[in-house]
Amino acid sequence: MHIVYPLVVSALLFSIGIYGVLARRNAILVLMSVELMLNAVNLNLVAFDVWFADRLHSGQVFTLFIIVIAAAELGVGLAIVLAVFRNRRSVEIDRLQDLAEPPGPGEEPEPDAAQELEETRS
Amino acid sequence: MNLDAVPSYLTPTGQEIVFLLLGAVAVGSALLVVTTRQLVHAALWLVVTFGALAGCYLVLTAEFVAWVQVLIYVGAVVVLLLFGIMLTRAPIGRSPDLDSGNRVLAAVVALATAVLLVTVVIDGFRTAYAPLTEVDGAAKTIGSSIFRTWVLPFEALSVLLLAALIGAIVLSRTDIRGRD
Repeated sequence: MHIVYPLVVSALLFSIGIYGVLARRNAILVLMSVELMLNAVNLNLVAFDVWFADRLHSGQVFTLFIIVIAAAELGVGLAIVLAVFRNRRSVEIDRLQDLAEPPGPGEEPEPDAAQELEETRS
Repeated sequence: MNLDAVPSYLTPTGQEIVFLLLGAVAVGSALLVVTTRQLVHAALWLVVTFGALAGCYLVLTAEFVAWVQVLIYVGAVVVLLLFGIMLTRAPIGRSPDLDSGNRVLAAVVALATAVLLVTVVIDGFRTAYAPLTEVDGAAKTIGSSIFRTWVLPFEALSVLLLAALIGAIVLSRTDIRGRD
């Protein structure tokens, strides 16, 4: 088996995961794309384990560890998504803008605060 | 690992053909996961991706990892995701607004990553070859490796899993309040 084949498959899966994380709006779809990226890493680890013929099987053992960590991450992530849904009735991540700057093209962001900051500095 | 020992790419073995077919299934269904318009279908295509990857592990002689992949990913993770879809009252049918506004930018970034990674990987590992003769990813060898060499990370991981479990319970229960 040429090691290039699993490595190329894994690279393609990883970039598909990147596309999903960046382009999707629903938080659960973003979590799915993160799982795709983790699986790409797993395929890499198994391929290198086979290539090195490691006697300790570090590649395959690390793959098992990553599967466990991915399960834990998904549990906590889904709990956070459900908490957000309970509070906001929406899981669309580009509409959760409570911490963002208020939109407004010509509006200066809070001139009073900026003045006070300058006064305290001088 | 020297250049002379590498067989030609033009005469693939049966294992390589099976692996490439499974890899094509995995990549294709992963593309459908990130482009489909229906939320539930994305989770179901994820099952296909994970199943094809388990087949890839089997071809690569990582037998135990393949069955763990089937058990954890296909069995647990996808069910968890489907529960998440259900609990957030996602629309079952076709929904037009699953993609955000920066699709084009995301496609450009993903394409650049793919080109970069594939070029580097092909350039670096063109001569890497591993003959798949003996099966050494069975449960016996992996188990003895975990419980001899990797015992400490294994135990740390079980504590991490417990912490994640408690964290998920605390996050999803509504009657636990922070200190005022």
